[in-house]
Amino acid sequence: MGKLFSPENKAAFTNPLNLDNPVVVQVLGICSALAVTSQLEPAIVMGLSVTVITAFANVIISLLRKTIPNRIRIIVQLVVVAALVTIVSEVLKAFAYDVSVQLSVYVGLIITNCILMGRLEAFAMQNGPWASFLDGIGNGLGYAIILVIVGFVRELLGSGSLLGIQIVPDALYDLGYMNNGMMTMPAMSLIICGCVIWAHRAINDKK
Amino acid sequence: MDHLISLFVRSIFVDNMIFAFFLGMCSYLAVSKNVKTALGLGVAVTFVLLVTVPVDYALQKYVLGPNALVEGVDLSFLAFILFIAVIAGIVQLVEMVVERFSPSLYAALGIFLPLIAVNCAIMGASLFMQQRITMDPATSSQAIANVWDALAYALGSGIGWLLAIVALAAIREKMAYTDVPKPLQGLGITFITVGLMALAFMCFSGLNI
Repeated sequence: MGKLFSPENKAAFTNPLNLDNPVVVQVLGICSALAVTSQLEPAIVMGLSVTVITAFANVIISLLRKTIPNRIRIIVQLVVVAALVTIVSEVLKAFAYDVSVQLSVYVGLIITNCILMGRLEAFAMQNGPWASFLDGIGNGLGYAIILVIVGFVRELLGSGSLLGIQIVPDALYDLGYMNNGMMTMPAMSLIICGCVIWAHRAINDKK
Repeated sequence: MDHLISLFVRSIFVDNMIFAFFLGMCSYLAVSKNVKTALGLGVAVTFVLLVTVPVDYALQKYVLGPNALVEGVDLSFLAFILFIAVIAGIVQLVEMVVERFSPSLYAALGIFLPLIAVNCAIMGASLFMQQRITMDPATSSQAIANVWDALAYALGSGIGWLLAIVALAAIREKMAYTDVPKPLQGLGITFITVGLMALAFMCFSGLNI
């Protein structure tokens, strides 16, 4: 057990959650992060899908890393990722059809999510399967956290609900409170994400 | 013909890859520091789109779609793997051509040239095409019913992306001289700028031709 959770492995897991976050620090995987966050539920499903795919793609590539010829490694990585994404997409269609319709093409676009390629290139090609697994989980969760924050703000202010359940009481609407319709528009996710980056940098610079 | 023009104009302004769908954001944010490089990448992306979307259209229509290859068999679940293989192959080709004919552009684009393969805009265009192939051209201006539609859609999406990246690069060149709060510098302010540009582009959403 001691070796399984050595300091390096722990760092591989915890760094991407905050200090080395894939979205706000490394600027990877922005596309889907912004497009699926108008509500909380698709944001959570998307975050979990990416976590699972990153973790398993990392493990598979790390197991194959000594046998992949360098010149064609990108195509090999893409095929592995595409196969995993196909599986996840079929599972979503079978068990969570509504969410899979909401996510539409963005499930397929996990293939081209830069977090995956970035981790495969930068980590799984040099490290063993277990460390790669932790790294994949860590980066996936780091991505999920940002999605959840943006989804939380947008759904709360844009529709007055969370996970489809109304949060803002009717009494407040009677007093003249109104949902901010702009929050449900795609442009706002960019601005909220910009603010998250701002806050993240401001906090971490002080340390 | 009307349908082609409408599809083309809509894919530039209304269904803009960046401002409506956030596709291709990674390289969009990373390569938009100066106008010249941005233009080079934009042209490369447009070219790759122009080749891949019609090829993927043919694949979807004659191999993957329901009843296309074998009666009663729907192979659409293989689309992700096949599309990405086509894209990766064509990007490899573009990379070789650029290296041969314009070494300076090749050096300027650096890692982002092979990364066009994982540019979401390319894969996204193919996946949207797959969704739109089933629409009826008579009722929907978004339908892609033949290979010319696919070409018009690819060209429009590419030009829309090019327009967006060149515009952002121009703004960022000017922004280098402004006094931005320190934690907001670089990435943060770029995000907010893109958000404001997206808001501006939303005024095209009622566009009808």
